[in-house]
Amino acid sequence: MSNARAKSMRTPLGRVRNLGAAHSGTGDFWRQRITAVAMTLLIVPVVVVVIMLLGRNQAGAAQILGSIPIAVIMLLFVIASCWHMKIGMQVVIEDYVHNEPLKLVAIMANNFFAVTVALASIYALIKLSTGV
Amino acid sequence: MILSIVHRATGVALYFGTLLLAWWLIAAASGPSAYSYVQGFMGSFLGRLIVFGYTWALLHHLLSGIRHFVWDLGYGFKANEREALTWGALIGGIFLTVLVWIVAYAVGGGR
Repeated sequence: MSNARAKSMRTPLGRVRNLGAAHSGTGDFWRQRITAVAMTLLIVPVVVVVIMLLGRNQAGAAQILGSIPIAVIMLLFVIASCWHMKIGMQVVIEDYVHNEPLKLVAIMANNFFAVTVALASIYALIKLSTGV
Repeated sequence: MILSIVHRATGVALYFGTLLLAWWLIAAASGPSAYSYVQGFMGSFLGRLIVFGYTWALLHHLLSGIRHFVWDLGYGFKANEREALTWGALIGGIFLTVLVWIVAYAVGGGR
């Protein structure tokens, strides 16, 4: 009991219990469901917004997307979808990529992609709302 | 059974499809020339095909996902219920896609 790992008072079983094969518990499972429910609620407003924008020029589109309720709907949808797709793609990677270094690279690339798409979309929506 | 891989495949397609959404929002925020370029692409045959495919992937994934909610809640595991949910998602996804595009053309086509 002199090594570093023994410092914790938790037993080895206690440390891994409830974590499962992902080694990180059910957090992602739950977040995937939350974001899925969010998008199920948001899909009708989002489709209505997209149809409102069809055939309009940039000035008309910017005016609609810049209104606060529509910007909020779009922001929520972008955040929920990027989060959801990041978790979903990670599951796909973990299922099919068994080479450990490649898997880590793929998971990192997945994170970068999801965060970049989310931030670019959020930035565009905020810019449209503030009219800068 | 086969539909579970369709759920996954549409999810992966939508993953890359969000680039379209981001591109469109960035163009709207950038200015008239960037926006008309996106509109030109979306209006082309290839663009329409991609957006139509995106619409179907989104709506199918949505309905197929609702099927997963039903299972998460512990219902719909009997053979006939599973069949009904699966066919419902498949047919419902195609039906909603066509419906959305009819409404889109009816509303947006006139502008």
